[in-house]
Amino acid sequence: MSLENTQKNRLAIGGRIDRSRALSFTFNGKRYSGFLGDTLASALLANGVDVVGRSFKYSRPRGIMTAGAEEPNAIVQLGHGAATIPNLRATQVALYDGLEARSVNGWPNVNFDLTRIFSLFGRLMPPGFYYKTFMGPKKLWMFYEHFIRKGAGLGRAPTVRDPDIYDRINQHCDVLVVGAGPAGLAAALAAARTGARVIIADEQEEFGGSLLASDVNIDGKAAAHWLAVTLAELAKFETVTMLPRSTVFGYYDHNFLTIAERCSDHIALTNDKAARQRIHRVRAREVVLACGAIERPLVFAACDVPGVMLAGAVSTYINRYAVTPGKGLILFTNNDRAYETALHWHASGRQVVAVVDSRHNPQGDLVQKAAAKGVKVLTGHAVIEVLGGKRVKGAMVAPLSADGSKLTGQAKALQCDTIASSGGWNPVVHLSSHTGAKPIWDEEIIGFRPGKSTQAERSVGAAAGTYDTASCLAEGDASGVQAAINCGHSAVATSYNVTGETAAGPAQALFLLPHGKPTSRAPYQFVDYQLDVTAAGIELAAREGYTSVEHVKRYTAMGFGTDQGKLGNINGMAILARKLNQTIAETGTTIFRPSYTPTTFGTIAGRDVGELFDSARFTAVQHWHEQAGAKFEDVGQWKRPWYFPKTGEDMDDAVGRECLAVRNHVGILDASTLGKIDIQGPDAAEFLNRVYTNAYLKLAPGKCRYGVMLGEDGMIFDDGVTACLGENHYLMFTTTGGAAGVLNWLEIWHQTEWPELKVYFTSVTDHWTTATVTGPNARKVIAKVCSDIDLDGDAFKFMDWRDGTVSGVKARVFRISFTGELSYEVNVPAHYGRHVWEKLIEAGAEFGITPYGTETMHVLRAEKGFIIVGQDTDGSVTPYDMNMAWVVSSKKSFSFLGKRSLDRSDCTRTMRKQLVGLKTMDPLDVLPEGAQIVNERNAPIPAAMQGHVTSSYYSACLERSIALAVVKGGLDRLGEQVFCPLADGRVIAAEIVSSVFYDPSGARQNV
Amino acid sequence: MGRYSVFSLMKNALSYHENWQAAWHSPKPKKHYDVIIIGGGGHGLATAYYLAKEHGITNVAVVEKGYLGGGNTARNTTIIRSNYLWDEASQLYELSMKLWEGLSQELNFNVMFSQRGVLNLGHSLQDMRDIARRVNANRLNGIDGEVLGVAEIQKIVPLLNCSPTSRYPVLGASWQPRGGTARHDAVAWGYARAAAAMGVDLIQQCEVSGIRTSAGKVVGVETSQGFIGAPKVGCVVAGNSGVVAAMAGMRLPIESRPLQAMVSEPLKPCLDTVVMSNAVHGYISQSDKGDLVIGAGVDQYNGYGQRGSFHVIEHTMQAICELFPAFSRVRMNRQWGGIVDTCPDACPIVSKTSVQGLFFNCGWGTGGFKATPGSGYVFADTVAHDRPHPLAEAFTIDRFTSGALIDEHGAAGVAH
Repeated sequence: MSLENTQKNRLAIGGRIDRSRALSFTFNGKRYSGFLGDTLASALLANGVDVVGRSFKYSRPRGIMTAGAEEPNAIVQLGHGAATIPNLRATQVALYDGLEARSVNGWPNVNFDLTRIFSLFGRLMPPGFYYKTFMGPKKLWMFYEHFIRKGAGLGRAPTVRDPDIYDRINQHCDVLVVGAGPAGLAAALAAARTGARVIIADEQEEFGGSLLASDVNIDGKAAAHWLAVTLAELAKFETVTMLPRSTVFGYYDHNFLTIAERCSDHIALTNDKAARQRIHRVRAREVVLACGAIERPLVFAACDVPGVMLAGAVSTYINRYAVTPGKGLILFTNNDRAYETALHWHASGRQVVAVVDSRHNPQGDLVQKAAAKGVKVLTGHAVIEVLGGKRVKGAMVAPLSADGSKLTGQAKALQCDTIASSGGWNPVVHLSSHTGAKPIWDEEIIGFRPGKSTQAERSVGAAAGTYDTASCLAEGDASGVQAAINCGHSAVATSYNVTGETAAGPAQALFLLPHGKPTSRAPYQFVDYQLDVTAAGIELAAREGYTSVEHVKRYTAMGFGTDQGKLGNINGMAILARKLNQTIAETGTTIFRPSYTPTTFGTIAGRDVGELFDSARFTAVQHWHEQAGAKFEDVGQWKRPWYFPKTGEDMDDAVGRECLAVRNHVGILDASTLGKIDIQGPDAAEFLNRVYTNAYLKLAPGKCRYGVMLGEDGMIFDDGVTACLGENHYLMFTTTGGAAGVLNWLEIWHQTEWPELKVYFTSVTDHWTTATVTGPNARKVIAKVCSDIDLDGDAFKFMDWRDGTVSGVKARVFRISFTGELSYEVNVPAHYGRHVWEKLIEAGAEFGITPYGTETMHVLRAEKGFIIVGQDTDGSVTPYDMNMAWVVSSKKSFSFLGKRSLDRSDCTRTMRKQLVGLKTMDPLDVLPEGAQIVNERNAPIPAAMQGHVTSSYYSACLERSIALAVVKGGLDRLGEQVFCPLADGRVIAAEIVSSVFYDPSGARQNV
Repeated sequence: MGRYSVFSLMKNALSYHENWQAAWHSPKPKKHYDVIIIGGGGHGLATAYYLAKEHGITNVAVVEKGYLGGGNTARNTTIIRSNYLWDEASQLYELSMKLWEGLSQELNFNVMFSQRGVLNLGHSLQDMRDIARRVNANRLNGIDGEVLGVAEIQKIVPLLNCSPTSRYPVLGASWQPRGGTARHDAVAWGYARAAAAMGVDLIQQCEVSGIRTSAGKVVGVETSQGFIGAPKVGCVVAGNSGVVAAMAGMRLPIESRPLQAMVSEPLKPCLDTVVMSNAVHGYISQSDKGDLVIGAGVDQYNGYGQRGSFHVIEHTMQAICELFPAFSRVRMNRQWGGIVDTCPDACPIVSKTSVQGLFFNCGWGTGGFKATPGSGYVFADTVAHDRPHPLAEAFTIDRFTSGALIDEHGAAGVAH
């Protein structure tokens, strides 16, 4: 089959397609051909495909309406499997060989759709009908909803992981130009010539905008020639970045704009070589918005029948793609500019049935030109209804009063298969609106102009309501010059000589056409095609009191579709204004929001997915842990060894063995993840004194102290040991998960409240490897690898630290203990961490040294009643609640953070929850962490909860279960029995006991 | 007010829907009311409705500077659940849940309350401890909840990434089957219509510029439509609470910040429940129209511009793509921001004030939508009787003096 045969609407010559590159594609399973340079829409039109989709509510057949971002109907699903993409607009899909597309609605298919049957009940489905029905019986909504959901939605989400990757790039420029039509190109050129750094981005497949289908001459050459020369000049500047297929989709504060570049979508469904799409995050000093305008259709009965198209889109298909999408055209317009479509259609050799012009006496040059070509022009007439179902068969045309409000005679039928509709143009004010600028209605251009700029930006060309090429070039040039000057460059204006352009006469403000019947009874007069919002629906919303334009939007769903109301919203606002007897200016617009056109989730996410979602942090000993078979736990960003199972061991076995090894021999823990903050300065001690509850002024070099930090509310926020390294020099340890928060906390107080204190904070967490050697044999192990520290218990006491050398590496050794055993925390620079760790393991071999993980650490500290901030505390407990009054100094000269709050009535009342131990009656019963505590075995619901279990383990050392809990008034209730009702129906009884289960005198850590 | 039903729909269809009555009227303000509610969002309208219905106080005006339900009611992600941690909060949200369960029928307006269940995912051992603690507390408070394992979660949400090798693997979840979503706009409209039917005046485009007091008592409000008198004024203005409080010479422990949300293009059903993750930090559900509705985190600066920063959107999308790798090719249709009023303890203020007759209902922060019915109910009671409703006693402004804070950051769902 030759290409000419399948592409019945393809013109023999013309267009910007590459006829030497035939492409094959499928649509709804049927094979078609097109050319390189086609969009899927132009190729479908070339092949005479009429029905491309079905509408949301009434399942009406729909055809391609536009040639751009405003397309409401031609929504397709591309490809299949992992790479499938839902909801693309055929008008924005570049054709490639092998492309596979299908409609998103219609069952069994889009041409023969049984769900159309629902439209028989269309009259029962006015806007908001679902608010008025489906209310009873009460339980049935979930049943109704099931079917409503099934009927809704467009395409299908993929069901497996995206095979593509996405990129992100930060860009800075002097001038960002949005849109590469005549205004944008002139602006970019003017700015580039000054040496300014320029980015110019355009959503379409190629730069040029309206110049791609223009008849004018610029400086004596065809527009296409000027375009080629200009692009070549821009490409030569090293300071210019040209981004085609790139949508500027959001405009944020401080001239920050986001651009989504489609890197490979025009070639294939996925990109196996590089990123499929890329976000440019641009900080621009100046912005030129030259994003054009979108044509507005006129609203008449059945204006959604396939074959009704925007006039400008018809011209685009003829001129740019060499496709005349029908045989006989009726052009329906309220303005001069649309006459060009009739001329283009005529020039393509096909029949113009008539131009129907709503104006009674149009005088513009284009009108004359059309008449001169023998085109029949019906002035003072309107298309009031379309004939046909799956394709236009004709139009009902009737005479219209001069103000457009009523019909003045009988309608008659005219045969045609295409109706080009033009109600004027809407400047693309979206990006300007993102900044907070409110669009302003302009009677002159019968459209909303961008509002007052709130940022360093200006709109030019069609985006500002300027539609002739000469003025667009002039405005563009001026804006580029001004933007460059604002950036400190010196610029010269350029003037362009445009010929062959026809001046346009005045247009008529006309939106909804009257019908023989009132709006409520006329056949559907569609405003928002995708969501089946009609003029009658908008009037109904107003009748029901939904008079704010935002209410109308939300009640009717107007503008909620994938085109975000680009096509229909202004018509809807005009219809609402008329119904409410107010002006369009008073009615206003809804707020335009990003994205200008939909943006791929993955593109926004960029590379930060999968293992890069959040950087994982590992200690220097990680590989050793892996080789030792450790299981890991996520603690904050860190991967920490959880336990080290030997062959055949489960977690309980391993943890039991590790615990006993520490208590009876010696264990070793990688504690490198603890936060470490180096604090220096003459006021360091004073600062510490203020942020900790206890006193630090007298902490001498060589000494360590455990401290607790409170929030302003008096609640425990973090804890850890701080060592005095020397005069005005301290090292603070924080919890693993709290490190960043603590550093922030210190900086906030220093920078905002106490800037007069001379103190400096540096995070050194990653600089050090910390190996905790703990157990009765710890001293013997350290002695084997360290000869320059006197390890004698009297010389190097508990809570001291010493400089020394451990297996040849300069080290800081701290005698602090989180297990209750004799402990040495060996800190060495992280580069030597693995070496020292291995030497310690080697030295400890003869003493049975056993590596242990966080789980064993938790059990051992719980046996001692040591809290873990974040597990035993939850931001609602004070040091007193934790039975840690000893850590709060009431004598300090300067108040400490949170002190004032500790005196508040709620903090001093009785029956606050307090930290206690729990022993289950059956020593083998291990309470689940998070179990709630009640006073009675069979407490009625709702039960008066007394507190909850914060930590719970089986203690191999004590040969029974132990638990820590917070219990109301718990410290006064030792010996009482309480109960933990569990979700599985069990109730576990336990006795309130001291939170210290092991070595209450602390003798073991003090030897 | 004509009742809505399938029969009224059929009857009106016969006359081409030309005879529907307005859901509410837009009267000019009277000179004086018994109660003025500032703020015509869901909470304000619900307050007016319950004042009329439960307390017979119908001489009420709701004054709204924009349009009804146009603030956070129109901007939230419509999630409803009552699985909060502390007794005080969970009982308040559970009251709300019970009201939701009959709301469509009570208001004769289908708010599409869809009890499709809410999953709160846990990604660390501490997450799972917190989840167990919360679910146990919920059950003992008579609120439905379960702790689910990974296999059960995967069955409910087939597209969720439950791989044990993901960066923060899903370890389990809490599951509240009675939780779900509702149609946010319909909630405001339903309350508005029902309140108006009982005589409440809904006054839109009426911005309050001052609160007039005399001898420590409120006497009315200055508005863009003139002075309106009332001995009681209830402020329900969310992100603008600090602004209105300042009119009465008060400061509130509230920070107003942008909170963003977004929707995808409509898709065929692919997510049947609400999925929330505090740790990976995203939450997502699918609307009846087919959009994926996604919530983001709070911007870290204070402000009143109803738009936020792009990096927050990026981070949210990373979380969603991490949780649902299949959604990576879906596209974001629209994003927006609202201004949330956050308290230091992530719980609301429902309270009398030092000015007699002036009441505040605010501080709902990132989770106010779900509380709409309960919030209106207890606030109406508080205003009507000039003392806190029993369930609101813990939420007075005094708690910031006494220290009796109710820290719900863990259950509030959004990192503040």
